[in-house]
Amino acid sequence: MLTNQANFKRDGVQDYVTVRATAIIMTAFTFYMLWFFLSTPTVTYEIWHGLFSSLAMKVFTFAALVSVMLHIRIGFWQVLTDYVKSTGLRAVVQFFINLVAFVYVAVGLFVLWGL
Amino acid sequence: MQLSFSVYRYNPDVDNAPRMQDYTLEVEEGQDMMVLDALIALKEKDPTLSFRRSCREGVCGSDGMNMNGKNGLACITPLSTFGRKKIIVRPLPGMPVVRDLVVDLSQFYNQYEKIKPFLINDNNQPPAREFLQSPEEREKLDGLYECILCACCSSSCPSFWWNPDKFIGPAGLLHAYRFLADSRDTATEQRLGDLDDAFSVFRCHGIMNCVSVCPKGLNPTKAIGQIKSLLLQRAV
Repeated sequence: MLTNQANFKRDGVQDYVTVRATAIIMTAFTFYMLWFFLSTPTVTYEIWHGLFSSLAMKVFTFAALVSVMLHIRIGFWQVLTDYVKSTGLRAVVQFFINLVAFVYVAVGLFVLWGL
Repeated sequence: MQLSFSVYRYNPDVDNAPRMQDYTLEVEEGQDMMVLDALIALKEKDPTLSFRRSCREGVCGSDGMNMNGKNGLACITPLSTFGRKKIIVRPLPGMPVVRDLVVDLSQFYNQYEKIKPFLINDNNQPPAREFLQSPEEREKLDGLYECILCACCSSSCPSFWWNPDKFIGPAGLLHAYRFLADSRDTATEQRLGDLDDAFSVFRCHGIMNCVSVCPKGLNPTKAIGQIKSLLLQRAV
């Protein structure tokens, strides 16, 4: 899936599946974090650090960040091909959006495993 | 009672820009008529007003237009639908205007042509008389074959507005599924192969404008969902 998503040429079926799969992961992560905040009266640094110290949570968070990146990549490609008809402008906008999405993943990676 | 109309007028040979023209029509109290009948009456007063119509009974699909913001067939839309409000009539959205309410449907027909709207049967030995279907097989075509290609659905679809050259559109895809679902058609693989890209089918995001406006009560979104499902099954 990742190799395919790195291609320039979009694939309808792959994008269709990827958007839905990443949406499930992002929703699960959102609900998990929501549950964490609702069930924790006071969020201290120790509790916050503890939450992300387990390997499972690191992987879950990383999966959510990669999902955001893929979701953004496909979603914005669809929106931009609808509304931005100039190929050059679209390429530039897409480049920066993909760059920002990648930065989120890269920073997340260092934060998760660098603490 | 007097009914007010505001009709889109544009003659590219004469006008620099489109404009809305107001008309009034005297209708007997308690009497109802179709929008097409009203337009015909208005045309008697102003012969320069142009629109398409043919069968006048919702079968040919010639008089698709936008009435008070919703696409439909003028010949089967009663004036009473709009109460006593001013009736605003515009051409089908997203289509190039030829004149007034007449639009150029070339892009719509090009997409329809792409789906090969005819039965393909490659069996070497065709039956002597006819291809037989069981009642169950025939039933699968219900809700698909009734499309009259009025373009109300495709011209209400934002994906078709933005990509009329790449996205087949709801009408074309409804017809595509009509042949995919036909037990007599043997070109399923070829048909799915032709649709397997990022635009032809997958530009449909299921907003269901097509279902909302279809004058025949059909459900193109459901048919598109079936095509997506077939493409998915083919890929895995």
